[in-house]
Amino acid sequence: MRRFSLASLLSEAVGGHQGWGRQWRAPEPKPSYDVVIVGGGGHGLATAYYLATVHGITNVAVVEKGWIGGGNTGRNTTIIRSNYLYDESAHLYEHALKLWEGLSQELNYNVMFSQRGVLMLAHNIHDIQSFKRHVYANRLNGIDNEWLSAEECKAFCPPLNISREARYPVLGGALQRRAGTARHDAVAWGYARGADARGVDILQNCEVTGVRRDAGGAAIGVETTRGFIGAKRVGVVAAGNTSRVMDMAGVRMPLESYPLQALVSEPVKPVFPCVVMSNAVHAYISQSDKGELVIGAGTDQYTSYSQQGGLHITNHTLDAICEIFPQFTRMRMLRSWGGIVDVTPDRSPIIGRTPVDNLFVNCGWGTGGFKATPGSGHVFAHTLATGEPHPINAPFTLDRFRTGRLIDEAAAAAVAH
Amino acid sequence: MLLIDCPFCGTRPETEFRCGGEAHIARPTDPSALDDGAWAEHLFVRSNPRGLHAERWIHAHGCGRWFNAVRDTYTDRFVETYKAGEQPSHPIDDARA
Repeated sequence: MRRFSLASLLSEAVGGHQGWGRQWRAPEPKPSYDVVIVGGGGHGLATAYYLATVHGITNVAVVEKGWIGGGNTGRNTTIIRSNYLYDESAHLYEHALKLWEGLSQELNYNVMFSQRGVLMLAHNIHDIQSFKRHVYANRLNGIDNEWLSAEECKAFCPPLNISREARYPVLGGALQRRAGTARHDAVAWGYARGADARGVDILQNCEVTGVRRDAGGAAIGVETTRGFIGAKRVGVVAAGNTSRVMDMAGVRMPLESYPLQALVSEPVKPVFPCVVMSNAVHAYISQSDKGELVIGAGTDQYTSYSQQGGLHITNHTLDAICEIFPQFTRMRMLRSWGGIVDVTPDRSPIIGRTPVDNLFVNCGWGTGGFKATPGSGHVFAHTLATGEPHPINAPFTLDRFRTGRLIDEAAAAAVAH
Repeated sequence: MLLIDCPFCGTRPETEFRCGGEAHIARPTDPSALDDGAWAEHLFVRSNPRGLHAERWIHAHGCGRWFNAVRDTYTDRFVETYKAGEQPSHPIDDARA
């Protein structure tokens, strides 16, 4: 891997930037690997990267049916935070946030992580009580989160309308200053480049069509559109398509896949300094470095694999945005899109073993998986390398739906999907 | 927005309806006889297919009645709607596409 540095930048500038070369290889599949990861999104690529760097397991393939980062990794609204209510989730997302804080240096790749702060608005008494409970719970877990009055919210985010005349007036907000955004494509590319440099094969345009099992039922590899690939262990990180891949191994999952939409405005000069979320009116918004306002809508009410959703869903979100930020009422939206998110009954992910030996799964991130990318990859790599969960992902078993030890974070989602 | 054919009222826009999730999941007649795995299967596990999916809808801002539909989850196209208690005339996919 050629490292990015001032020296390499200067030498390439002299040479007209003709010598950078490809950032990762396009290898042919080997007959077998120690670990095959199904799904080349951020979580899968991060898993491969940490398998190579932390555990020294480099005989690894990432199998991707399309191109890396072309699914939900390239479709989300890039918000990163760790202010979750329950201890289990707080530890998981804070683990990720700590990795985010050193990620660009670790990968030698600028993921444009920006800790610009995430402000969650309260519009009614229930919001205030709930957010204050979050603030206190977070502090007990050593996670920064603070309560702001409406005036303090306005000072932190000047475009905010805190008029008492608003349909749903802003009564205050919870602010996590260490939270923020990152560039989603760069996260996939940075992990891919780092993993590839350590010997991981990234196999794009290679769709898994089956999971092969031996006579004892254990997984021994995957059938793909580029032939059979053997594996000592298989990790499924397939987001919205997890139910389909797991069904190939005969495992039925507690998952449903829903369309989740996002949209961006025309690009404008810097006007919005942070991330603002509102559960009550159902909106969240930030501004990308390109200048586009990045707006997240809710899920549709029905399951779907269509990667598109209803226009009334985005319309509803824009109504809320215009109510909170009246100055945006005349902005034009540039484009909208949808991704398919896999949602568990308790809105917490599943990371760990499955009933099939040598088959592991990392799924169920629902509407908020991007923020967890580094932490998810880190603990899943540990799980794949050792066969046992990391203490941080130990509570997030598939078996919790049988035992009843649910981690009911439904109300902690960015907006109440 | 989808157009949905209510078996009682005819074709109406999606915003008049609420989706009730997968259809034909029968509550076990004797829940206390089930082990935890079978109970979890009933409560939480869903077929979630990419393909034909039987699901429940209610015409909340219309006749207020529940009915079932078969919809292709890859195209979002409704194949048929039918009254609660009836069976679909199309074979339903499991998670396999």
